[in-house]
Amino acid sequence: MNTFPDILKIEIGKYVDVFVKYLVRNFSDFFDALKQGILWVVQNIELILQWLPWWLVIIGVFLLGWRINKLSSGIIYSAMLLCIGSFGLWSLMMSTLAIVVTSVVISLLIGIPIGILMAYSDKAEMMMKPILDGMQTMPSFVYLIPAVIIFRMGKVPGVFATTIYAIAPAIRLTNLAIRGVSKEMVEAANSFGASRWQILLRVELPQALPTIMTGINQTTMMAMAMVVIASMIGAKGLGSEVLIAINRIDIAKGTEAGLAIVFIAIIMDRLTQGIAERFKIPK
Amino acid sequence: MTEKIRVENLVKVFGRNSKAVLKKLEKGITKEEILKKTGNAVGVNNVSFEVNEGEIFVIMGLSGSGKSTLIRCLNLLNKPTAGKIFFEGEDIVKYNKKQLREFRQNKMAMVFQHFGLFSHRTVEDNAAYGLEVKGAPKEERLRIARETLETVGLGGWGDKMPHQLSGGMQQRVGLARALANDPDVLLMDEPFSALDPLIRRDMQLELLDIQDKVQKTIVFITHDVNEAFKIGDRVAVMKNGKIVQVGTPEEILSNPANEYIEDFIKDIDRSKIMQAKNVMFKPSPLLFNKDGLKVAIKEMETNGISSLFVVDKGRKLQGLITIDDTINAIKEGKTLNDIIQRDYFTTDPETYVQELLPIASETKFPIAVVDQSNKLEGIIVRASVLAGLV
Ligand SMILES: Nc1ncnc2c1ncn2[C@@H]1O[C@H](COP(=O)(O)OP(=O)(O)OP(=O)(O)O)[C@@H](O)[C@H]1O
Ligand SMILES: [Mg+2]
Repeated sequence: MNTFPDILKIEIGKYVDVFVKYLVRNFSDFFDALKQGILWVVQNIELILQWLPWWLVIIGVFLLGWRINKLSSGIIYSAMLLCIGSFGLWSLMMSTLAIVVTSVVISLLIGIPIGILMAYSDKAEMMMKPILDGMQTMPSFVYLIPAVIIFRMGKVPGVFATTIYAIAPAIRLTNLAIRGVSKEMVEAANSFGASRWQILLRVELPQALPTIMTGINQTTMMAMAMVVIASMIGAKGLGSEVLIAINRIDIAKGTEAGLAIVFIAIIMDRLTQGIAERFKIPK
Repeated sequence: MTEKIRVENLVKVFGRNSKAVLKKLEKGITKEEILKKTGNAVGVNNVSFEVNEGEIFVIMGLSGSGKSTLIRCLNLLNKPTAGKIFFEGEDIVKYNKKQLREFRQNKMAMVFQHFGLFSHRTVEDNAAYGLEVKGAPKEERLRIARETLETVGLGGWGDKMPHQLSGGMQQRVGLARALANDPDVLLMDEPFSALDPLIRRDMQLELLDIQDKVQKTIVFITHDVNEAFKIGDRVAVMKNGKIVQVGTPEEILSNPANEYIEDFIKDIDRSKIMQAKNVMFKPSPLLFNKDGLKVAIKEMETNGISSLFVVDKGRKLQGLITIDDTINAIKEGKTLNDIIQRDYFTTDPETYVQELLPIASETKFPIAVVDQSNKLEGIIVRASVLAGLV
């Protein structure tokens, strides 16, 4: 049998290990502060979500679905939520949503500026592209490892892993959107003596918005997928129900939790897609 | 005539290391060779001209001749590689970012070939854009935008989105956006090329109407000779990044500098450009009303013509006599006043030859060209009208 010579072995895993441990050891104060910050946000969002009366949420989603898509959509979405409630998963759903919302917000806050930077600088784009490709092909489980090392178990590493996994489309589509703004339009703005900021805020971002909205939709869906996996590191929610069901081979529980996840995913996808559609600028 | 813009030895080379290309250009190496050797495209090559206040200065040339590159240098959307551009005596190439922004905000506005409208803004907000950039209060800029839309014939369309308008109307928005800023100079890069021919003709006439009202200095680009000569007070013809001739349409038509320009004006419909004054003859011979009928007959006989215009001391047109009438009058002892007639056509010197065509084919007498005070400037015979159309 052929064996690869030991001399050529590069133990890159080791170096990453050393690097991450170095980070943890030397920047523990920073990571602690970060952890506290993220925790504060997730907890407050969850507090609000848990506080909302269930019927108000259902009516709200019905109205949104109706306004954004159509009447039948509103009815279907609210029926789905009703199902989740009747499975006894309402509170867990809200825990999951809290992590999703936090991750999406952080992804956008970081991702959109990076995307804008990429659009403005060819160098930045050249550097970011392979990183983004890597981030999107990497199996999502891998993100759990540094998340756990840096933030231990719980909601915060859940948010962290989810954010890293879900940020790529926000960056990618912002870059794409801004680069896609008509040259003549930007030139027109320039010819009137607009500043860089005025062009970004009044021309490029409004023009890019429909595509950025598509990015938000994708980011949300990826966050939703990741949150289920993040339950393995202690982010309590619908995902952890699935995990428990697998461990106990509890088909009933697994089915209910699984359906609940699918329902939420559908609702969020359709709603964000519908909103993105509204932002389309007719040519 | 005050000078508004003056361009001196302007060169624009695209690509890296453009300064090095300058030396090659000075040595006389051609555009094509430079492109092959260094990969640099030469857009404008050593161009000088000036634009006077209040005139429509047209830059015309084939595709790729450097028209866009040149006009985009005037508001520094293209940074010149070498040369100077003076605006009211100040070299704007030296401006820093802030000065340049102020210059663009206040002095020059551009109209684009494909309109360049902001598709996410209403027509009104498009027209108000320049004022918004300048930081004008909302009410003021919307009021001005509405007024300007009125000027370009789009009153009442302010709430629409650009895509709801036809191409011609969209370009009116483009024009309104530029005018609302009240700039000194309008830069128009093939503004009507994307429109179909009928709408285009309307827009050309309307631009002239609007220009009568607003009296801006306009730099206008086109590759269409008819358009150039119709609206241009002066026309510059470009070829390969250079200006080959500058002059009034009449100057260029009657005296093309070289074959390139001759080719260019071959397909022109001359009747639209030529005016009565371009095809008329000197009004001689003439009969002054103090002269006798005998003089009249002698004049007509020596010149081989059958009719004669009669003028007074100040060359004011009095009428016309024919040879037959004059001979009869001498026989019957009548005077000049008995036989003078007014059965002929007059025109002013600015009338286009095209409009004279039907008259010329109808009348048996020459057409008299007179100025406002009825002074006889010249005469036009049928043959010269037709010659003007070739
Ligand atoms: N941004 C650019 N980069 C490199 N080369 C350019 C650039 N813009 C123009 N050129 C080159 O400069 C030359 C003049 O182009 P320009 O666009 O000024 O021509 P034009 O007279 O406006 O033609 P058209 O009638 O097609 O608009 C062409 O050879 C073109 O390839
Ligand atoms: Mg052009």
